[in-house]
Amino acid sequence: MRKTNVMIKKEWMAYFYTPIAPLFLIIFLVLSSALTFYVGGFYEREIADLEPFFQFHPWIYLFLVPAIGMRLWSEEYRSGSAELLLTLPLSTWEVVLGKYLAALGLIGLGLLLSFPIWITVNVLGDPDNGVILGAYLGSLLMAGAFLAISAAISATTSNQVVAFIGSCAICFVFLMSGMPLVLDPVGQIFPQSWVDVISQMSFLVHYSAMARGILDLKSLVYFLGLIGVLLTGNWAMIELRKAS
Amino acid sequence: MASILAQSLTRCYGRTLAVDHVSFEVDGGTVLGFLGPNGAGKSTTMKMLTGYLHPTSGTALINGHDIRTARRQAHQVLGYLPEGAPLYSDMRVGDFLAFVAAARGLGRAEVRESVGAVAERLELTGVLKQSIGTLSKGFGRRVGIAQALIHDPPILILDEPTDGLDPIQKSQVRRLIQEMAEQKIIIISTHILEEVEILCHRVMIIAHGKLQLDGTPADVRSRSRYAGALSLVVDQPQTVASKLSGLAEVKNVEFRAGKLTAFPSGQGALATAVQALIQSEGWVVREFHLESGRLDDVFANIAGQDEANA
Repeated sequence: MRKTNVMIKKEWMAYFYTPIAPLFLIIFLVLSSALTFYVGGFYEREIADLEPFFQFHPWIYLFLVPAIGMRLWSEEYRSGSAELLLTLPLSTWEVVLGKYLAALGLIGLGLLLSFPIWITVNVLGDPDNGVILGAYLGSLLMAGAFLAISAAISATTSNQVVAFIGSCAICFVFLMSGMPLVLDPVGQIFPQSWVDVISQMSFLVHYSAMARGILDLKSLVYFLGLIGVLLTGNWAMIELRKAS
Repeated sequence: MASILAQSLTRCYGRTLAVDHVSFEVDGGTVLGFLGPNGAGKSTTMKMLTGYLHPTSGTALINGHDIRTARRQAHQVLGYLPEGAPLYSDMRVGDFLAFVAAARGLGRAEVRESVGAVAERLELTGVLKQSIGTLSKGFGRRVGIAQALIHDPPILILDEPTDGLDPIQKSQVRRLIQEMAEQKIIIISTHILEEVEILCHRVMIIAHGKLQLDGTPADVRSRSRYAGALSLVVDQPQTVASKLSGLAEVKNVEFRAGKLTAFPSGQGALATAVQALIQSEGWVVREFHLESGRLDDVFANIAGQDEANA
């Protein structure tokens, strides 16, 4: 665990010595607030909740999270620093987890810094803060799943643009997998049982429930399980690269 | 005591055999030079020794730790400078060195101490707060070496440590390697022959993935056809050459770049016979040099042979 912390600290330094962290935080906060007020109709609805804030998170994450995740491994392999990193006495898991948690921490910081909107809604009315907390958790979990997808894809290529586009595409498929957009073509090729399984994998479905304050154990297990599977894939990819 | 034992290290990239059953043993206090043309398998061998690449077959024991099964323990006693000295260009020198030290398991106070010590040793104290991306090539290489040294490892593996440096920087790096050579095992790879002559106690020539030759620089030199040959600079090379060819001690004579070289036939003492001839003929000799054999000659022979076989 101490070694994972060393890794997290190193990654955070990279975020804050470069424009990555400020740029991410500013764009996330500006975009999420602008969408809340101008598209979500925060005032017009006259309801004291944060649904207009949370409903746009999937779409913001869809390109911001791959932008954070694309560099995790691609950059290491492109610059050759992977050779340095992977010959330090750190286990591959410590490095995989350290990189993942550092990036997730940056996203979490973005969510924390959105607190003025939480204060606003509490000043204006009397919202259910339990629902809001659940929605924050759901948002972080979904971001974590997007990030795990991006990290795993990043480990397969030393080209960051490829990693970014590939991650966006796969994140989009996971996001939309409950919608006809994905289910219709799947139904053309695969039997109905597949369609049923895939329809259960939609980030959008799981997340909207959480954003409305329904903390379903199924959604929690789904996101955490998916993150676990993807990080294992990330780990396997790094090990495979040593052997190929 | 530091030790490396490579047992039949073999590595394929797809169908290409990059390293072919390389075995050797090294003990502490040795500077070992890997010599070979580009693509010969030097870097791949180093990558396997450091555990960055898994061997296709065979293994290596680093201080007794199997690089396949006890990677972490092996990494703990290794310092490694990868080819081209890749670094994190966004980080500051001091932070980067502190990261490596912490990853090596040093405590907070030890980290500060070891960063200070290694920075002083490699004259990096002035740039600790600078971003790595802004450093010159020479400084960058020194940072790369500093990270390999930070935990004072008994085994150092340096892939082309002086490549791309100017002559002054090259000699600084060489001096550093010499200073550290006493107890450690230091493996360097290089194309520069004079570097091998200056630094290495032992030379391995690798070509086409195979270990072609393993010995001291003197051993290797003695395989050169120049070993024991005599070079002369004289005023009338043609006459001298024909007279020299007549000696039983001389196998043949070559004239190249103003220099006559007489190769020994193996009968009698070449130098004595030639000296006697010079005196009796009364030639004006401007240079007289007994060759001890040339590494580049052996190297070119092996590398050339290999190209012919390929």
